[in-house]
Amino acid sequence: MRETLTRRGLGQAAAGLTLLFSLAPAGAQPRLPGSLQTNRRLDAWLRIEPGGVVTVCTGKVEIGQGAVTALLQIAAEELDVAPSRIRMVSGDTALTPDEGFTAGSQSMEQGGTALRFAAAEARAILLDLAAARLGAPAAALAVEDGSIRAPGGAATSYWEVAQAASFAREATGRVAPKPAAQHRIVGTSHPRLDIPAKVTGGAIYVQDMRPPGMLFGRVARPPSYEAKLLSVDLDAVRALPGVVAVVRDGRFLGVVAEREEQAVKARKALREAARWEVPAALPDPARLHESLRALRTDDSVPSEKRADAPPAVRRFQATYTKRYFAHASIGPSAALAVYAADGGSVQVWSHTQGPFPLQRDLVRVLGLPADKVRVSHAQNAGCYGHNGADDAALDAALLARAVPGRPVMLQWMRDDEFQWEPYNPAMEMRLTAGVAADGRIVDWGHEVWSNHHNNRPQNPREGSNLLASWHLERPHPPVYPRATPQPNGAGDRNAVPLYDFPNQRVVNHLIPEMPVRVSALRTLGAYANVFALESFLEEIAAALGEDPIAFRLRHLPDPRGRAVIEAAAKLAAEEPGDLPRGFGFAKYKNVAAYVACVAEVALDRATGAVRVPRVWAAVDAGQVITPDGLRNQIEGGIIQAVSWTVKEDVPFDPQGILAKDWNDYPILTFPEVPRIRTVLLNRPEAPPLGAGEASQAPVCAAIGNGLARALGRPLRALPYTADRVKAAMVG
Amino acid sequence: MTAPTKLQVNGRAVTVAAEPDTPLLYVLRNDLALNGAKFGCGLGQCGACTVLVDGQPVRSCVTDLSAVAGRSVTTLEGLGTADNLHKLQRAFIAEQAAQCGYCIPGMIMEAKALLDRMPEPAEAEIRNALADHLCRCGTHNRIVAAVQRAVREG
Ligand code: FES
Ligand code: FES
Repeated sequence: MRETLTRRGLGQAAAGLTLLFSLAPAGAQPRLPGSLQTNRRLDAWLRIEPGGVVTVCTGKVEIGQGAVTALLQIAAEELDVAPSRIRMVSGDTALTPDEGFTAGSQSMEQGGTALRFAAAEARAILLDLAAARLGAPAAALAVEDGSIRAPGGAATSYWEVAQAASFAREATGRVAPKPAAQHRIVGTSHPRLDIPAKVTGGAIYVQDMRPPGMLFGRVARPPSYEAKLLSVDLDAVRALPGVVAVVRDGRFLGVVAEREEQAVKARKALREAARWEVPAALPDPARLHESLRALRTDDSVPSEKRADAPPAVRRFQATYTKRYFAHASIGPSAALAVYAADGGSVQVWSHTQGPFPLQRDLVRVLGLPADKVRVSHAQNAGCYGHNGADDAALDAALLARAVPGRPVMLQWMRDDEFQWEPYNPAMEMRLTAGVAADGRIVDWGHEVWSNHHNNRPQNPREGSNLLASWHLERPHPPVYPRATPQPNGAGDRNAVPLYDFPNQRVVNHLIPEMPVRVSALRTLGAYANVFALESFLEEIAAALGEDPIAFRLRHLPDPRGRAVIEAAAKLAAEEPGDLPRGFGFAKYKNVAAYVACVAEVALDRATGAVRVPRVWAAVDAGQVITPDGLRNQIEGGIIQAVSWTVKEDVPFDPQGILAKDWNDYPILTFPEVPRIRTVLLNRPEAPPLGAGEASQAPVCAAIGNGLARALGRPLRALPYTADRVKAAMVG
Repeated sequence: MTAPTKLQVNGRAVTVAAEPDTPLLYVLRNDLALNGAKFGCGLGQCGACTVLVDGQPVRSCVTDLSAVAGRSVTTLEGLGTADNLHKLQRAFIAEQAAQCGYCIPGMIMEAKALLDRMPEPAEAEIRNALADHLCRCGTHNRIVAAVQRAVREG
């Protein structure tokens, strides 16, 4: 048995905590790998079931990126069983480990690491039991799909030797998982578990649940964040066909009906029956960044370096901005909830990214004991971060409370999602640099102004971040998180350069007050910080007359980063073209996957429309667990970020959010989607690195740098929507 | 309650007791327990609810039940099943052309209508046929590849 305490995965603690390596023991207990640290019992993760089945439990959930399939592959690999034997149970507060949120591309690092060690240890326990039964040393036994064979031919299986109590113990984390060279399942493109059902109409999304007696719910939200309810006539709505309940609690309004179309009609009637006062509470959109900068900030310095260096002979500075963009899930948020007939307990099926944190907020808002609120994960359309999922779970529970014993399917309408989801925050970045006589950057400054990027349910002692909780008669105050430490960061994510500058200072101006509701959306602040950093670097290179790739490499000692940059440049060079191109690079969070992108940019000078016909990308995500899944995520991230960059801008005015449907908030369409070529640099002996959010920021920077070439000058304000680019061209 | 509506769904005669202005989408999902067509916008903008009516793609969220009385509706379930996949379904699995998958049923139904009228579309024709279908996960290129595979493998 190999001592494994030095593996990098050991230091990776639960969601929201630091990813930095730490040897400090948690209390007297040994530090365990990944999420094992916070879920220490083996039987929380694995069970050998009768009939040749293995149950694997994960607190991570499927959000459309294949995480649960990848976790299954890991368990199958370490246990030496066929993937088809494994039954996955995911994200259920009654059944699975608490692994916080499925977010930040950390499923493999946290949940995957935990399962790898738990399964390796489970296999060792089963082999010890088999050794006793077969009278052969455990080391001499061979395992094939759960069948165990001794050298003389005597055989048994996991299912014969496993006892109920076999895994009823704490994990030790001391059984070494297989070395990568022995992997047969991990590293192959295992078909996703969920895709067959998704292409044949199988029941797989929360909206596909139809328990007997189910009713349909809709909410009638205020017209704006701060709107006051002056009056509402509920009786007229109660009298509508099929209406079972009309709920009013403060300015939370909702309906429950026998049929879905009846609920939709009742919602419309309820909205018409309500009279609201709508104050002008949002900033003037034309002065957005000035308004935000005027708010109070909590300042911190996430990175500061001082070293001897030659003096700067040239100084540069530039300010970059980005506005709000939306998750804009294709399926509006939904949830199923049912209260027990006595009203004493509730179960909610939700597409939340964090069943356990959601459960804790629900407990507080619903006023039930913790063991009377169960949250079970069920899929919906992709969320890409904190969208309306958790809010819909509370909405469903509030409506179900009015009809105990009957399940309520709550579905948001399109405008509910667009108007109320928490967007990715607006940001402003001010960069400064000093360049020495030898052309090296010797001094770097990056200041960022942003709201917090993570306003999910937080598990505080009081307050709640669930939307409806703010609208109740007795409202719960929102919870403002403190700055998230580096390397994760939030608004300052990727504000610390990976490049080596002898002197640097990064300042995070966290703006607690949120005039516009915002929270976690893929990459958090990394998208805008990398845009600013990589744009600024190219502006400096251009001013110095330097080749932008060579200029990057000169400042980047990290060999894996250099390899990715060179691979992307080479890939793009294989396909020459006439359109201007730009380059962008980042190592996501400075601890996850490396991605470099080249983007081709076509500017329509008449309309200002920016198109991105082709993108080339190089990726180093450490050991590749499932190559096809990795490509799918990288390419999906590129397409989504092209859409953010050239199409998306949440419209609002001082009275409220103006986005109600896809006409108000267009996204990239098929004819506009770039062709993408990706090269994966596999590092079988390096830990797997999260990649679901690694490509967005580099591709944005690449578009910015390509557009600067097309325009002959940088355009430092995102997004590059046609009207804004056109205005910048004439302005 | 008005008289029940009769129609054909996936080759089966069905009778639905719902108001004539009920969106076809809700009838399919709730009365007939068919999961294929999805609610995405309810406004005819995204394509997630696309089904075929007499072979033509329609957005079931903005199609009243009364408009399909006596007509023939095909949903994703009507193309094939997990054990007996339609060539498009097989191709989408082979290309792993889904992330969250929510948009995929609408894409497959639109592609079915396209291949019925144009058995060998060029890539640009596939992109144009799907231009009014939204996907947020960025699965577009795989979706196009899946349709091309279905054409190839027939
Ligand atoms: S749900 Fe019908 S088009 Fe969007
Ligand atoms: S695969 Fe998620 S919306 Fe298309």
